[in-house]
Amino acid sequence: MVQASEAQAAYKSTIISDESQVSGFRKILRRRSTIAFLMTLPLILVIVGLVAWPSMYSVYLSMLNKKMTAFVGFDNYAFLLKRSTFQMIIFQTCFFAVVAVVFKAFFGFILAHLMHNVPGKKQRVYRGLLLLPWVIPPAMSTLTWWWLFDPSYSAFNWALNVFGGPTIPWLGETWWARFSVILVNIWVGTPFFMIMYLAALKSVPEQLYEAASIDGASSWQKLIHVTLPMMRNIISITVLFSLILTFANFDIVRILTNGGPQDTTHLFSTYAFQVGIQSGDIPLGAAVSLFMLPILALFAYFILSDVTKRTKEEL
Amino acid sequence: MTDTTPTAVADADITPDMRGKSLKQERRWALWGSYAALTMFTFMFLIPPIYTVTTSLKTSAEISSRDGNPWLIQNPTLQNFVELLTDDHFQVFIWNSVKITAVVVVVSMVISIMAAFALARMRFWGSAALATGVFLTYLVPESLLFIPMFKIVGSLGLMNNTWSLMLLYPTLTVPFCTWIMIGYFSSIPKELDEAALIDGASYPQMLIKIFIPVALPGIIAATIFAFTVSWGQFLYPLAFLFSSDQMVLTVGIVTELIRGDVFAWGKLMAGSMIASLPPVIIYAFLMDYYISGLTSGATKG
Repeated sequence: MVQASEAQAAYKSTIISDESQVSGFRKILRRRSTIAFLMTLPLILVIVGLVAWPSMYSVYLSMLNKKMTAFVGFDNYAFLLKRSTFQMIIFQTCFFAVVAVVFKAFFGFILAHLMHNVPGKKQRVYRGLLLLPWVIPPAMSTLTWWWLFDPSYSAFNWALNVFGGPTIPWLGETWWARFSVILVNIWVGTPFFMIMYLAALKSVPEQLYEAASIDGASSWQKLIHVTLPMMRNIISITVLFSLILTFANFDIVRILTNGGPQDTTHLFSTYAFQVGIQSGDIPLGAAVSLFMLPILALFAYFILSDVTKRTKEEL
Repeated sequence: MTDTTPTAVADADITPDMRGKSLKQERRWALWGSYAALTMFTFMFLIPPIYTVTTSLKTSAEISSRDGNPWLIQNPTLQNFVELLTDDHFQVFIWNSVKITAVVVVVSMVISIMAAFALARMRFWGSAALATGVFLTYLVPESLLFIPMFKIVGSLGLMNNTWSLMLLYPTLTVPFCTWIMIGYFSSIPKELDEAALIDGASYPQMLIKIFIPVALPGIIAATIFAFTVSWGQFLYPLAFLFSSDQMVLTVGIVTELIRGDVFAWGKLMAGSMIASLPPVIIYAFLMDYYISGLTSGATKG
């Protein structure tokens, strides 16, 4: 009996000491989570206060009338969708983004392969020079493009004329203007693809190519069966990133054409600026820019599922 | 010896020596082809920057004369640069750009280093959701938010005030910086912080004494990103600033140097060159950090 009670007491005391340990541990835990909360607080404030809340506010704004005195529901959206100008802007934005991204991906792929053939030191020189279009602030480089496309002093046209070519209305005619804004976007964005692909190429193990050579694969077969499958992840994520950036592009069109001729080169962003800020119809401008949201959300979803998939694979 | 036998049997008339030579030759051709193609691409990609420099060194008279090769300079002059750099307005633009960029870089790095440390090392309620939120915010482009921001900036009384940009630029820099810092911090071995905890270090001490020094390359990469974004941003200053005493370089060059139909192209190109120089210089000296920041955005995390 005595022994039993002793044992019980001992048992109790261990429980108590366990408990005191638990509560001490809890205190640390509490302290730890408080510290973590304080450390992330500025980030949370930025995300909630300056991104999440403005997004919601934007949706609200887009449902007001021009003077922002009455709630009109989806009237702004319906109004936009009925206008042929806006229908064309939807087409032009998609056309701009898809064509530009396809060419950026294509040239980036070629450049990355060419660079991969070249030994290290020279590769650095080429890489350094080819990345310059990405480094220069796009607004500033677009100014130069504008000057190169100038209707009466175009240096491109001068060079074309020397070789007997025609004088091209770079920014004056709809399809030439569309060509020009896409060209500038390709010029700015190709280096990004190049650098991403180059990093991916370097991560493909050399043994795979050796094994393929032993099996008698041609370089084309190596490209299709070794390089592309190994790079698939990087290619898809780079394309998605670039689609978002290109889709939401503002600087190039704003400086180069400002939407002209006859609004045919406008993108959602530049049209939203013209309607919302320059003409002062903030609700309509908010509605225009919100048309980007569904497509961006779709791209974001794909990127995110890819990222989480890869994180899981790593674990 | 046994390795070479099958090939020797397969094509009996080709000796291994000849095969080696032709393979080497093929490689050499591929190499020269790559050099040629790369040189051509590099030349094409550098046409605009070269033309910026060329035009910025010309006199207005030379630019507006229509005879002569526009790609060459007849009388090089630094007049455009001198005129710009002694212009009171332009000095204000430079100062505003420097001021805003400095504040934004420091603020973004402090916010994102603290948050990334907490997210990488201190699992807490909602930390996974917050990390996803950071990534999603990074994907929100500025052209989606400038309209509501216009109203918000207006109601805060910050319209036409450089403070508005210092408030808003962190939305463009903080998510990406946090994201890549989470990647760098997570790659630090856990043993390191266990050792520090056993030695009695607190979490803030651990961050300052261990994580920041170890993850310095990542911090440099993130800082470069924050710098490039806030230096080159165009949409927000265009929307929120309108008087020349508050203007920044990127927008100031476009709005102030273009008056009506009169284009001072020499000055415009000189201004564009001056505004492009800081990112280019940083890139030239810290190319490896720049590239690691560029590629880790999508590959890390």
